[in-house]
Amino acid sequence: MTPQNVIFTTLLVASLLFFCWSVYRRFSLLCYGQPEERLDQPARRLSEMFLYAFAQLRVLRKPFGLNHFVIFWSFVILALANGEFLVNGVFPSVSLALLPEGVHRVLLFAFDVVSLLTLFAIAFSFIRRLVVKPPYLDSLYVKGKSPEAFLILSFIALLMLAYFGMHGSLAALGMENDPAAMPISSLVGAWLGPHPSLIGTVYSVSWWLHALVLFAFICFLPHSKHMHILTAIPNCYFGALTWPATQPREKFEKGAVYGVGSVERFTWKDLFDSFSCTECGRCQAACPATNTGKALNPRQIVHAIKTNLLENSQALREGRKGTLPLIGDEGEGTNTEDAIWSCTTCGACMEACPVLIEQMPKIIKMRRHLVETESRFPEELLNLFENMEQRSNPWGIAPGERAKWVSTLPIKPFVAGETEYLLYVGCAGSFDSRAKQVTVALATVLNAAGVSWGILGKDEKCCGDSLRRLGNEYLFEKMALENVELFRERGVTKVITLCPHCLTTLKNDYRQYGLELEVVHQSELIAELIASGRIALDKKDDSFGRIAYHDPCYLGRHNDIFDAPRTLVQATTGSTAVEAERHGRNSFCCGAGGGRMWMEEFTGERVNHARVDELLAQKPDTICVACPYCMTMVEDGLKDKGAGQVRVRDVVEVLAEGLLRKNA
Amino acid sequence: MLVVVCVKQVPDTTQVQIDPVTNTLIREGVPFIVNPYDTHAVEQALRFKDRFGCRVAAISMGPPNAEATLRKALAQGVDRAVLLSDRTFGGADTLATSKVLAAAIEKLAQEEEVGVVICGKQTIDGDTAQVGPGIATRLSFSQLTLVDRVDELDLSGKKIRVSRKLEGRHEHVEAPLPVLLTVVRELNRPRYPTVAMRLESADAQVEVWDNKVLQLDVNTIGLKGSPTWVSRIFSPERAKGEMLGDGVHDPEGAAQLLIDKMLEKDLLAL
Repeated sequence: MTPQNVIFTTLLVASLLFFCWSVYRRFSLLCYGQPEERLDQPARRLSEMFLYAFAQLRVLRKPFGLNHFVIFWSFVILALANGEFLVNGVFPSVSLALLPEGVHRVLLFAFDVVSLLTLFAIAFSFIRRLVVKPPYLDSLYVKGKSPEAFLILSFIALLMLAYFGMHGSLAALGMENDPAAMPISSLVGAWLGPHPSLIGTVYSVSWWLHALVLFAFICFLPHSKHMHILTAIPNCYFGALTWPATQPREKFEKGAVYGVGSVERFTWKDLFDSFSCTECGRCQAACPATNTGKALNPRQIVHAIKTNLLENSQALREGRKGTLPLIGDEGEGTNTEDAIWSCTTCGACMEACPVLIEQMPKIIKMRRHLVETESRFPEELLNLFENMEQRSNPWGIAPGERAKWVSTLPIKPFVAGETEYLLYVGCAGSFDSRAKQVTVALATVLNAAGVSWGILGKDEKCCGDSLRRLGNEYLFEKMALENVELFRERGVTKVITLCPHCLTTLKNDYRQYGLELEVVHQSELIAELIASGRIALDKKDDSFGRIAYHDPCYLGRHNDIFDAPRTLVQATTGSTAVEAERHGRNSFCCGAGGGRMWMEEFTGERVNHARVDELLAQKPDTICVACPYCMTMVEDGLKDKGAGQVRVRDVVEVLAEGLLRKNA
Repeated sequence: MLVVVCVKQVPDTTQVQIDPVTNTLIREGVPFIVNPYDTHAVEQALRFKDRFGCRVAAISMGPPNAEATLRKALAQGVDRAVLLSDRTFGGADTLATSKVLAAAIEKLAQEEEVGVVICGKQTIDGDTAQVGPGIATRLSFSQLTLVDRVDELDLSGKKIRVSRKLEGRHEHVEAPLPVLLTVVRELNRPRYPTVAMRLESADAQVEVWDNKVLQLDVNTIGLKGSPTWVSRIFSPERAKGEMLGDGVHDPEGAAQLLIDKMLEKDLLAL
């Protein structure tokens, strides 16, 4: 062994030991998290992992994602070259040249090309962080221009330069077996050729640079955000197999702990999520709270979990409680209550995350702690909770008035066996004066199509959606159990809902209570009725002018219903609704989800103003919604913006009015 | 020192309807709630507990199912709950009610000195606001009604300083202990029970005291001891309003008519 081999081997072993120790220290922290099943259905998990980690589907949604795609795949390919370098440094006789010549040739060519591509990609990354500076790269504690980011980028660039330095020198010396397969290294070799005195130095410097940067990288990696190269792939494997539109049940018994008030109360997957975040900022770019100047930034929530876990790791290891609180005003590593209450649970963050981190459920877990254990929540919610508990509706209106919207309409109560569908009107559809008009429109459309439907009238109860999203799981469970019993007792199997929040609760949440209902949103059912010819329109109604459609989060993102409401508009007017800049899966919240409907908005711009501005940019005469909360938020936003001339209609109102005019 | 808070289970009056034929309240199917003012009374008692470490007892006179109201107080954190329930207590007016409650407070005082009694300013079913003052009179306690702020409770000096919310003004007063307060909603924001407290309260003991315990003369309590009789309850006839203008086709004109009308009746101050 040469002294060079000895030094190399010593440094390599030391780096690897440090790496393993660091990784063990960090990953062993996952043991302090709560259990969660994330190992079922391995085939589906592998396919998710392939799509999101290897094919990088989410990364590529933003144009700049291509740059990351290049770096990622170069890294995968160059892992072979780096592996060879490390082995070769210890055992000089072992190299990839031992492979069949054809294979080796292809590899050498690939290494050369991807190294060059990576250099370009790194240059673009520098330009992006220094010149383009997209705003979402910065958050309170992590900045786009962080030394860490530049260090990592420089490490990668240095590795590529060293690679060309080494192989260029060898090519110049005629010591490369197959210089024809290495176009860039050969070019470097050609430059070095006229300066023979330099070649030896360039080679040694490049070789040592490559070695030292690689060792530094190995040591630095588990302590940096670059850790994601170890965690992102498994995180995609462990990702939620179904869209997490609902929250898990809690067990209410004496001595139990509710929600998450300290970091170890999160599940191991929540903690793993925090290790997988690369701080790309896509969640914060999508978040309605962050976008309107609220305290919440979903990226910061995830960052705080990681920081808090590391900060409290010593205490956890010693079996003590951590000293840095998870919820509070202690700065980095804690989440403020204000941030936790700012979430509209719209799910835009989860939709944006390239590595399938689930930000929103973590926020709800912390809300559960605040409501159920600490009894600490914004003042406005006390009324809501009392109204829900005592009168089963958010406004606290007498339950006896639930069926008042019916007035003179010929509407029957739901009777199992005689009536096909239960129309679950919901609180807004029953009590909110504007939403009641939507209920009436829906009733007339259903009657016109000859659908067999009925209502529960004053026996109907609130579904409890807001309670669950606000973390009042105890009360939600009470209401869910009441409803499940009521539906069973009445023999309800098929349900039409007016409101996407009722839809998601009945369809996704009540399943946890063993109630499997066939739940459809009114727009879905009506789209079917149109398709089957039970509702005939002439597609000519132009009285609504230019229509812009706003996707409700709980209808679209949370329940995948994008086309049906658009079909109603199309069937009535003959033209397609115009789209806001952010629409469909990337739609921007109205501001009312997650119980925000019942809370004041004290900081920043109002979410509904931001959304209304975006909709108004399409110059609509009518804005269509398909959710009573969106209706309130958009109408209020238009009034505040002095755009009262723009009408707001539920899609079913458009259809009902179209029917009326056609038949007039 | 013991703080006693009086609570009452009342029908949710927003859901009560009056039988047009018999002119009586239709109580069937109407849910019961804790009298809203009493929830502020409980909160104030608990704040004294938090601050001074005193114990809090909640008492309620009512039928056996009024236990739910006391459980709610237990869930919020009171230490002891006593339901005063006996057929002979039934049908009581404010005088007879205050006698029973005062007797229960005296009985509690045999075990531990009662320094403060807190009641809601009135109940939403009877709206008399007489029971609190009645108790104070019978116990010879100082009496501070309509309290919207407690400035100071001085346990060693045995006095209390509060603000009373009167029509159009506030009164800052001081009184010696023992004292009875009746409180208004502005006083505080009642705490929301934690889940642990709710589960705890579900199994907690609610003591039931009947007249064997209180030993009151049956002629002075309940229906027999009540000089007030309700002869009739009815909804006042409401004069029907008139339609002004055409709000659908001429909203501005209709608004103008409405403003003129209000000015004419001197309903608007200009």
